Amino acid sequence: MKIIKNVNKSETTNEGGLHLSQAASIKWLSFPYIIWMIGFIILPLIVILYYGLTGKEDNFTLDNIALITDYKNWKSLLLALRLSVISTLICLLLAYPLALILRKSKMNSSSFIVLIIILPMWMNFLLRTIAWQNILEKTGILNSILRFFHLPALEIINTPAAIIIGMVYNFLPFMVLPIFNVLIKIDQNVINAARDLGANSFQTFLKIILHLSIPGVISGITMVFVPSLTTFVISTILGGSKVLLIGNVIEQQFRLGNWNAGSGLSLVLMVFVLLSMAIISKYDKESEGNSLW
Amino acid sequence: MTDNKLINLINITKSYGDHVVLDNLNLYIRENEFLTLLGPSGCGKTTTLRIIGGFENPDSGQVIFEGKDITNLPPNKRQLNTVFQKYALFSHMTIAENIAFGLKIKKKSKAYIQDKIKYALKLVNLEGYENRMPDSLSGGQQQRIAIARAIVNEPKVLLLDEPLGALDLKLRQDMQYELIRLKNELGITFIYVTHDQEEALTMSDTIVVMNQVYIQQVGTPEQIYNEPKNAFVADFIGDSNIISATFVEDKLVNILGANFPCVDVGFGRNKPVDVVIRPEDIDLVKPEDGIITGRVTSLIFKGVHYEMEVMANGHEWLVHSTDLFPVGSQVGIKVDPFDIHIMNKPESEDEKAVQLEE
Repeated sequence: MKIIKNVNKSETTNEGGLHLSQAASIKWLSFPYIIWMIGFIILPLIVILYYGLTGKEDNFTLDNIALITDYKNWKSLLLALRLSVISTLICLLLAYPLALILRKSKMNSSSFIVLIIILPMWMNFLLRTIAWQNILEKTGILNSILRFFHLPALEIINTPAAIIIGMVYNFLPFMVLPIFNVLIKIDQNVINAARDLGANSFQTFLKIILHLSIPGVISGITMVFVPSLTTFVISTILGGSKVLLIGNVIEQQFRLGNWNAGSGLSLVLMVFVLLSMAIISKYDKESEGNSLW
Repeated sequence: MTDNKLINLINITKSYGDHVVLDNLNLYIRENEFLTLLGPSGCGKTTTLRIIGGFENPDSGQVIFEGKDITNLPPNKRQLNTVFQKYALFSHMTIAENIAFGLKIKKKSKAYIQDKIKYALKLVNLEGYENRMPDSLSGGQQQRIAIARAIVNEPKVLLLDEPLGALDLKLRQDMQYELIRLKNELGITFIYVTHDQEEALTMSDTIVVMNQVYIQQVGTPEQIYNEPKNAFVADFIGDSNIISATFVEDKLVNILGANFPCVDVGFGRNKPVDVVIRPEDIDLVKPEDGIITGRVTSLIFKGVHYEMEVMANGHEWLVHSTDLFPVGSQVGIKVDPFDIHIMNKPESEDEKAVQLEE
């Protein structure tokens, strides 16, 4: 939450001019959301916490948490971590240059490209992933094309690579948009000032643009990394039964009616999410004040 | 100021799409000159500055700097620095790092950079601000840092793009004196862009009045104020009465039916001209002593003087005077011959562009 707030800092501070009475009356508008939040975020979390820390007879136990030390579960967590790190990095490498180009392009063409990036999001997430399944299958579209050119078929489906493709495809917009948003807010005169003071375009990028865009990068990383780490849909559809991520393990536990084990593993996963966010935001703070001369 | 031409702009033309911003502009800037580009928004003054700074390439024409063509040189290769309108400080760096930016790029020694930071902060009266962040400074302070950041690089020319535009009136006046002092201490050329005529008159050695992509007049503040070349300049620089008149003969002009003696010669005989009379140059006297007479229609106290409007011979005359004439009173209007400025009516296309927009 804190990270996303960072990106919008400049907007919210500008709008601080409301009168107190206005602010008080506007406060009422947040009540529906607060009720929503309590009912669908806070209460479920408490329920998960309860199930995760209790056994079949409602007795307090850490056994559910300890399930993570089970070799199979631990392996699936590490695999999930690895795949989400890789897909986050790929997203970053694809998104940053794109966002830079978008910043420079004329307003019309940039909004067109943004539209193209967002367009897939208008289709259902499941459908998109199933489409990738059709493309990557043994007898799928990709291999049909390869066969047409008498090239050897590729076995991508049901491998970690397929899952990474699915993650990158589905989450790339969440990396592009926050980075584009901060980049477009950088005052052209700040960049001109760096050039004016003798920096060539590479130095300007390194010392000015990169620094000023870090909040967007952080927010992009969070928005790609966290859903990648916890996904089970992408791995189910593109990984088959061969590749198990921690998300699949948790899903299986819930499907088997084993709420306690599922909740316990969910808590462990949540700790990892919080930990990674803490590391990211710590880096954010470090780079904010001091430059990397 | 010397007569050495430091920067020479030759036949500069620039347009964005169909919109012409500068049309065949020629201008030179002398060493150690405080030159101001003055004009309303959209007159091309900022574009001119950006072309000198290298942020904009002209469609045609040349920028000559110390005899060398720098038209296609990127900004980082030019020996000049810019102070931007909204400061454009690097918000992720401390004040010291901001000031050191250019020097670090040039790989100066640590000790040299430290000295320079100290010197620059002292010059702009902000000693001890090294470790503050730009956001924690007021607008005026940020502007001084922007100036400090530029001058540590020892540029031959400092470009200032409406640097005081975002400051309030009192601070703006203080900063004007500050800038004059800085210019004298540094002994470098300043090219200053503003739409504020008072700022231009206060600080400049030379004022370049621009309107609608053309230069209207180049001259010292006194020349611009006292001898405006055309109605636009007269109107833009301070308040003035601009009246259609007939140049009867040398040293005599007929304004609204009355003959006024003047000092101008060589405008022909019975030729239509425009005359400019500054409101403070009009003397209000007893009706029988005036060349023409009129009635005071409005009166506003302005502090230093009264601002009055006098209806006389079908024209509303704007008058600044320390003498009070109540609304409704009959007054005579007198103007000293040397306070009447005669201008030719616009004839060519170029000159038509200078016609008042209002």
